[in-house]
Amino acid sequence: MAHITIDGQIVPFEAGQTVMEAAMAAGVYIPHLCHHPDFTPHGSCRQCTVTLKNGWNITACTARAAEGQEISNNTEELNLVRKRLTQMLFVEGNHFCPACEKTGNCQLQGVAYHLNMMSNHYPQFYALRDLDATHPDILLDRNRCIFCNLCVRASHAEGKDVFAIAGRGINKHLVVNSESGKLIDSELTADDRAANICPTGALLVKGKAFQAPIGQRLYDHHDIDEITLGGRHGG
Amino acid sequence: MESFIDETLKKYQHQTTPLLMVLRDVQAQYFHIPKQAVELIAKGLDIPRTQIVAVVEFYHFFSFEPRGRYDIFLSDSITDQMLGKKALADYLCTKLQSPIGTVRADGVVSIDNTACTGLCDQGPALLVNGYAIGQLSEQRIDRIVAMIEQNRPVTEWDSDLFEVYDNIQQPGLLLNTKLPRGAALTAAWQRGLTETLDDIKASGLRGRGGAGFTTAMKWASCRATEETERYVVCNADEGEPGTFKDRVLLNSYTHDIFEGMTICAAILGAHKGFVYLRGEYLHLFNKLNAVLEERRAAGLLGDNILGYGWKFDIEIRLGAGSYVCGESSALLESLEGKMGIPRNRPPSSIIKGYLAKPTVLNNVETFVAAAHIAWQGSEWFASCGTEKSKGTKILSICGDCERPGIYEYPFGTTLKEVLKDCGASDVLGVQVGGPSGTFVSTRESDGRLTFEELSTGGAFIIFNHSRNIFDIVQNFTHFFAEESCGFCTPCRVGTSLLKKQFDKIHSGHGSAGDIKELRDIAKLIKDTSHCGLGQSAAEPILTTLERYPNLYERQIKQQYSFDPVFDLDGSLAVARKMSGRDDGHAHLTQVENK
Amino acid sequence: MAAKLKLATTSLAGCFGCHMSFLDIDERIMQLVELVEFDRSPLTDIKNCSPCDIGLIEGGVCNADNVHVLREFRNNCRILVAVGACAINGGLPAMRNSIPLEDCLRESYVNCIGIENPQIPNDPELPLLLNQVHPIHEVVRIDYSLPGCPPSADVFWKFLTDLIEGHEPSLDYDLVYYD
Repeated sequence: MAHITIDGQIVPFEAGQTVMEAAMAAGVYIPHLCHHPDFTPHGSCRQCTVTLKNGWNITACTARAAEGQEISNNTEELNLVRKRLTQMLFVEGNHFCPACEKTGNCQLQGVAYHLNMMSNHYPQFYALRDLDATHPDILLDRNRCIFCNLCVRASHAEGKDVFAIAGRGINKHLVVNSESGKLIDSELTADDRAANICPTGALLVKGKAFQAPIGQRLYDHHDIDEITLGGRHGG
Repeated sequence: MESFIDETLKKYQHQTTPLLMVLRDVQAQYFHIPKQAVELIAKGLDIPRTQIVAVVEFYHFFSFEPRGRYDIFLSDSITDQMLGKKALADYLCTKLQSPIGTVRADGVVSIDNTACTGLCDQGPALLVNGYAIGQLSEQRIDRIVAMIEQNRPVTEWDSDLFEVYDNIQQPGLLLNTKLPRGAALTAAWQRGLTETLDDIKASGLRGRGGAGFTTAMKWASCRATEETERYVVCNADEGEPGTFKDRVLLNSYTHDIFEGMTICAAILGAHKGFVYLRGEYLHLFNKLNAVLEERRAAGLLGDNILGYGWKFDIEIRLGAGSYVCGESSALLESLEGKMGIPRNRPPSSIIKGYLAKPTVLNNVETFVAAAHIAWQGSEWFASCGTEKSKGTKILSICGDCERPGIYEYPFGTTLKEVLKDCGASDVLGVQVGGPSGTFVSTRESDGRLTFEELSTGGAFIIFNHSRNIFDIVQNFTHFFAEESCGFCTPCRVGTSLLKKQFDKIHSGHGSAGDIKELRDIAKLIKDTSHCGLGQSAAEPILTTLERYPNLYERQIKQQYSFDPVFDLDGSLAVARKMSGRDDGHAHLTQVENK
Repeated sequence: MAAKLKLATTSLAGCFGCHMSFLDIDERIMQLVELVEFDRSPLTDIKNCSPCDIGLIEGGVCNADNVHVLREFRNNCRILVAVGACAINGGLPAMRNSIPLEDCLRESYVNCIGIENPQIPNDPELPLLLNQVHPIHEVVRIDYSLPGCPPSADVFWKFLTDLIEGHEPSLDYDLVYYD
């Protein structure tokens, strides 16, 4: 069978598989935030940046596996790159974990813990972002949005197109498909995949917060690599 | 409004792909995009309103907030600044009593900055309601202000204000040769289309946008795809600051471009082509359409071109102010009526381009060269240039020189020769390839213009010793932060962090460790960004850090281990004002007095 | 026996929760005082910092006094540590950053329901507020950060014993969390 190697480990792949898909199937964790196996790869968070033998960087979620590729993944250098990218997300938004309902079950936290991120490193942006609590069942707190696009993709797949990411550069923001721009006037319902797929606490179904006590939450004692490879997503 | 939107949608046959054209019309009519228009367009085209909101917020020239009836954008390229833009902007703002970034209270005028408008050889420049005015001076501003205060529609302003000059200083192989209409097409069909493609291959023609992909290979790959629907797209989104050669080709070599596109279409088997014209070149839009009409009438476009039985036509679509749309896949997204976000590759646009159909996308200059090669043969073209870079390159030369304008050189020409020809003296350095290119010092003036050595899409900005390298780098670094599409983390967040970090050092607040941090951020953006914009956004910093490390070191206050990232005393100003205090404890020094 | 390390601690715009958590090392504090000597700290009531090995800072920077204290620590401490969410990213006090300072002050001292003698405090003894609350690494150089709201007693213990024993401090997975 055709194979690639990741950090020297032989990883078989089937034609058409991405590096991420082959890696996951072989039990190799590559950090990611915008990737979800159920949706079209996006390639925007850049967490899954891996390095080819020729020194080129590719994103594992979008790149097709090719026979004989020698890939570096779990290296000190790449993990520093990933830590910096994660810190960028933390300073760009307003991620006050102690005040967030998603804490303990948040993929952004999970990746940050995995990378042993101890500080935010960069200066904070303290961006002004809107919160939308109009929907009876769902909360949208844009302070916690990391532009992974998963809710956009999920809602599109559901035929509702409730979300889009609008704007340019650092002023990007999530917009809601309703005349008022508010969630309550949109077609979103709490059982939509789009309402439940957010890796952070930006989109939350109300009434479900803090159900697991501290110590029993997803990432309290289990590294995200273990959770992800076990098929348990933080979404 | 309903009837206006209805008519506008009809004008574009209720297609969703020309969404930018629809929105341009709405913006021109109402001086903003009214929310009601969003609803009507969404309903009329049966697309989610979020797509329209996203597009409006993405492009510089669309706005949900009402703009002035005279909407002015000042070109803020480094060359405009070198030609005195700031003082003239102040003059204009004072005369109109309307500061930059605002709409005047009576709603008559709004003034803002925008990126390079492609008039660097005749700046400073501005756009008024989309139309370019160059060679700004106090006298010309007085005339502009008078017409605004007299409430004269822009269409009735003195036409000499809007004159744009070609400024061809040194024509070469292409610019010196007049291509008779249809000559290239006739030659191509007589020789045979496959043979013509072979000839283009033999000529060694590579893409003139900067990347240098072999043109014939692109065309052949697209031709070999199994799809039957294929497209030809001309990238006339000349957004790289300091570049304006396509402006001249579009203005004076229009037929050559369309002829090149038509030959490409015949070779590919495409029936439809687009010219994606940057919004800043609105002044060329009518002219291009008039030439298309002329060619249709002459049988050079249409259902049966020159009687050879081939059907092909071209449509001009305007952008709306976005640098990243010069990237080929972002351009295609924009052409489809979406935000200009570069796509993931593979597949390349050759396989899945416009509407996911095989598409050849080439630079304006490439199509001109292809037409000439089809007419005059590969040897004529390959007779000049170097082994790997055949033919000539058209340069847009601007900045500190006596004769800015258009110069055509065989590949392999040295920097030294170019500098001599345009009358540059006391040269500090040259930005070859624009902000995304390289800052080259005079020590490197033996360097040759080729794809392998000094590659450029056409930009060539000269700086003399009166210029401050930091001002240049700052202009470019801010430009990239402004133009980042925001899709990927390193470019979205990183370019803003890089801007902050650079400004900290530039403003004299750099301390030990700040240069390392600057380099680290720059390198991260370069190594991990999604597209060419991100990968080159840090180049101005990286290339000057490498060439002028001492300049950076001198900016650093080594005696301090740290200088805060924000203005401490400034951050107390509100509290001081509200408490009415100004005592010693009501102030903070930025760094500690020891 | 080697000389004891000197340790100083303070709370800026924090809630003293990190200090409380530090005290949760319980009886291990007896071991700790064998190894370190406390300098300026709410635990000693020493008001000014003398040269120290380690300074622990809880809380972010919200006013002019915080800046002065932070600088005193930076000038005196060989190793300066950001302790807890507020020191690292401003924390809960930084949630005021989305509201203009002018509105914050007016709401608190002028427009607040039931307020008597409404006025903005202007006593020179009171430190003026900064426009926004900032993490401490934006004002001085920081050597280490200990996340958590608060970091657990075990985090303090592991970090300090690593330093005392001359190791590069490191925290296991279970000790790193942000809430």
